[in-house]
Amino acid sequence: MPDREETIVRLPPDDDVIAALRAGDEATFAALLDAWSRGMLRVARSYVATREIAEEVVQDTWLAVIGAIDAFEGRSSLKTWVFRILVNTAKKRGARERRTVPWSSAFEPGRAQASEEPPPALGAPPVDRSEPLSRAVPEGEVLASEARERIWQALAELPVRQRTVIILRDVEGCTSEEVCEILDISPANQRVLLHRARTAVRGRLEDYFEAVRR
Amino acid sequence: MKRFSCAELVESVTAYLEGDLDPAERRGFDEHVRCCTSCAHHVSTMRATVDALGGLPAEPPLPPGARARLLDAFRRARRP
Repeated sequence: MPDREETIVRLPPDDDVIAALRAGDEATFAALLDAWSRGMLRVARSYVATREIAEEVVQDTWLAVIGAIDAFEGRSSLKTWVFRILVNTAKKRGARERRTVPWSSAFEPGRAQASEEPPPALGAPPVDRSEPLSRAVPEGEVLASEARERIWQALAELPVRQRTVIILRDVEGCTSEEVCEILDISPANQRVLLHRARTAVRGRLEDYFEAVRR
Repeated sequence: MKRFSCAELVESVTAYLEGDLDPAERRGFDEHVRCCTSCAHHVSTMRATVDALGGLPAEPPLPPGARARLLDAFRRARRP
């Protein structure tokens, strides 16, 4: 699972990491925290309304990992196991938030409430704007802030299952196998969700692409 | 070689980008794109969309306090 923005830190093989965690090796745990937490925060944000709640979800996930590492059977990779716990934790928290927070205070007025669950407030881009825009985009083209705003908007409007798949695949760089393991869905289902999500996001960017076409 | 209509091509674009089309389908897809400017535009904007998603700025990391608390929890829980 490539980490797009962080320095690529090569973690040891799963077996070594698991043994080190079970032996109480703090440096290994810190390495996992630093390698995976940003991606976990992004995925958690797919399910919950605010970044603050996403931080709580990620912390709860790590606490669960600490407690469950002895029982981990190694039937999946360590990372997909951690992300599975994350998704389940985020889903439960998202459901809890929807039950207790009145719609009118949590979401923008005027946004249609027609879908079975409203989109979390993903419209706000991440706070850290210090990332150089040109770094990740080839040939000197800059990903304009307008394009990013439209992408956030488009992601926020997706049904949650489509949003989670497209974030895991296209934003976080997971393979389709990893996504199927994390979300417990079939490859066919994964591809349908990805197709719908990409189609919707592309549609939102359509006139932006038109405007910048030389 | 499979012949694609524009509607079929649009439906198949994700399968194509995933490498899930068989060789005959893939040739047919490429041939249609070669001859159809609107489908070529659709595929190129789809690729650009995927690239744009991959180029989003990173999520800020866990705040230092949260990170420290987790390390502390690990230390206490995994005391040998």
